[in-house]
Amino acid sequence: MTDLILNLTSESFALLVAATLNAGTVVALASLGLLLNERAGVVNLGAEGMMLVAAIAGYAAGVHTGSDWAGFAAGATAGAAMAALFGVLVIFLNTNQYATGLALSLFGVGLSAFLGIGYAQQRLPERPHFAIPGLADLPFFGTALFKHHPLVYVAILLAIVMTWWLMRARSGLALRSVGESPESAHALGYQVRGIRLLAVVGGGALCGLGGAYISLVYTPMWVEGMVAGKGWIALALTTFATWRPVRVLLGAYLFGGVTMLQFHLQGQGVQVPSQWLTMLPYLATIVVLVLISRNPTWIRINMPASLGKPFHPGA
Amino acid sequence: MFRLEPRPAPSRVLTLASPLIALAVTVLVGIVLFTLLGKDPVAGLRMFFVEPLRNSYAWSELTIKATPLILIALGLAVCFRANLWNIGAEGQFIMGAIFAGGVALRASPESPAVYVVAVLLAGVVGGMFWAAIVAALRDRFHASEILVSLMLVYVAEMVLSYLVYGPWKDPQGYNFPQTITFLEAARVPRLMQGLRANVGIFVALAAVAVFTVFLFRTYQGFQMQVGGVAPLAARYAGFSSRRALWTALLLSGGMAGLAGALDVAGPQGQLTPYVPVGYGFAAIIVAFVGRLHPVGIVFSAVLMSMFYIGGELAQSRLGLPKALTGVFQGLLLFALLACDTFIHQRLRWVAAK
Repeated sequence: MTDLILNLTSESFALLVAATLNAGTVVALASLGLLLNERAGVVNLGAEGMMLVAAIAGYAAGVHTGSDWAGFAAGATAGAAMAALFGVLVIFLNTNQYATGLALSLFGVGLSAFLGIGYAQQRLPERPHFAIPGLADLPFFGTALFKHHPLVYVAILLAIVMTWWLMRARSGLALRSVGESPESAHALGYQVRGIRLLAVVGGGALCGLGGAYISLVYTPMWVEGMVAGKGWIALALTTFATWRPVRVLLGAYLFGGVTMLQFHLQGQGVQVPSQWLTMLPYLATIVVLVLISRNPTWIRINMPASLGKPFHPGA
Repeated sequence: MFRLEPRPAPSRVLTLASPLIALAVTVLVGIVLFTLLGKDPVAGLRMFFVEPLRNSYAWSELTIKATPLILIALGLAVCFRANLWNIGAEGQFIMGAIFAGGVALRASPESPAVYVVAVLLAGVVGGMFWAAIVAALRDRFHASEILVSLMLVYVAEMVLSYLVYGPWKDPQGYNFPQTITFLEAARVPRLMQGLRANVGIFVALAAVAVFTVFLFRTYQGFQMQVGGVAPLAARYAGFSSRRALWTALLLSGGMAGLAGALDVAGPQGQLTPYVPVGYGFAAIIVAFVGRLHPVGIVFSAVLMSMFYIGGELAQSRLGLPKALTGVFQGLLLFALLACDTFIHQRLRWVAAK
């Protein structure tokens, strides 16, 4: 009897871990993209909008082609295109980064709702479930860790590769120099604005992947406004992680854990109105933000020095 | 190649022309969109720019939408001028609606007609309370006001949902998530029989006057703007940035809360989960398109209301998606920001090196 209970709880715990990784991946992909922007000195408040447009683009591509990968390609392209629009305005026309990012978010909300008409009734075709051969059959770990969509592992790999790239690779250092001291980078002969645009477009593509992951894998359907603040949470995460990729990943899983805990508690029939539980991830984000921002010096040391500042090459 | 170079002085003509150019760009894109969707562009534009102004009913609906937009945008203009990015006005709007609703639900058939004043004040307090959280966390812990105010939008939505599904649900409402319809004493008086327009629009216009005086004729308004444009100069002059932070956030929160109160005690008449319709976000666009100037905000709020009503009309009469409203609103802000570039800079042809 006790065996049965233990078995049951361990199984449901494995599912909880799996769901946490799943939910965390959405935010991790987007947040890694934003980290790329911010390391190059650009704040893009348009994450929510980019992710929404990417979610519908990915979903539409998925419905029409029946292929996940076409969906992800479409999502990444949509995110990159939105980011390019933002990038050109901010980097070459020197518009205010905050205002332009907000415009991108508001525009994305409208555009995605417009493009998504008709897709709410459409269903994605049946697609294969993923499992890593051999490992997926392990008790507990199989369910928890080895039956995920490949993008879950891609996100982990990305965080590690990005850490190496930003700290060790020449091109990664160039990107950081543009975010720390664009004047010096310019003096060294780097195309500051070109590098920033690349970083913004690349970051947009990653946000797009995150958006497409929502509509293709996380909750496979299209609902207006389905990103539900995850773009903003991804933005908060870059600060939380003090602009380090691996910490972004951990932060994303933490967020995923809180989200899933809320569903789990609801499933367990906890006597708390569901609305209070739905609030949890947003409240958690605020708490985390407060904790990390408490020490301004700590943030200042870690923040890219020219974050949010426009760069005009000397005439 | 073309090159952007700074102008010696900002162009006055462009400062005023830029919103109009942006509108022209938006209209052009609209024409392309209508054509792509296989509709007559002239009929489409009529829905957005003619029909919302055609008769007294249309004008009445226009004031219903413009009132909250003006009120919220006024507060946001102060924030943005002080370089504070309160983008959670939607949450403050909801909290204002909740507080106002709470007071309105306690009205009795004997309540005097001035009861509605208490309802509106409660809304102001609700919005201020929600913004005060943002101010406190920014002041005490340096937490980004952008992210905190935005997260609080989702929290406010959940609080509203909890109340209308739970303790405040109308027992005779067939289990719909809604409160009872507020009694007459708790409702904002209408201007005319048969039209939804109410005295809220006069509240909004009075606020425009007050904010014009505050921004351009008071020392405190001046201090806040200096703090926004040149924080170091403000510090050197001894202007308190903390005071500016609290003033701007409480003001904008209070205005958003008032807008929420006017909306639930006015056209809505009860609390439902559908109280938030995005006025708080649209007001960001209104504030920018209105040049962060109270008078400009009136014009841009009317324009934005025309987009709302036009979107609804385009849906019911032409079978076009209502979501067009959001697309046009976003586009307008984009176009405006791009045009604004040329206020401080000009394009000049430079021979390639």
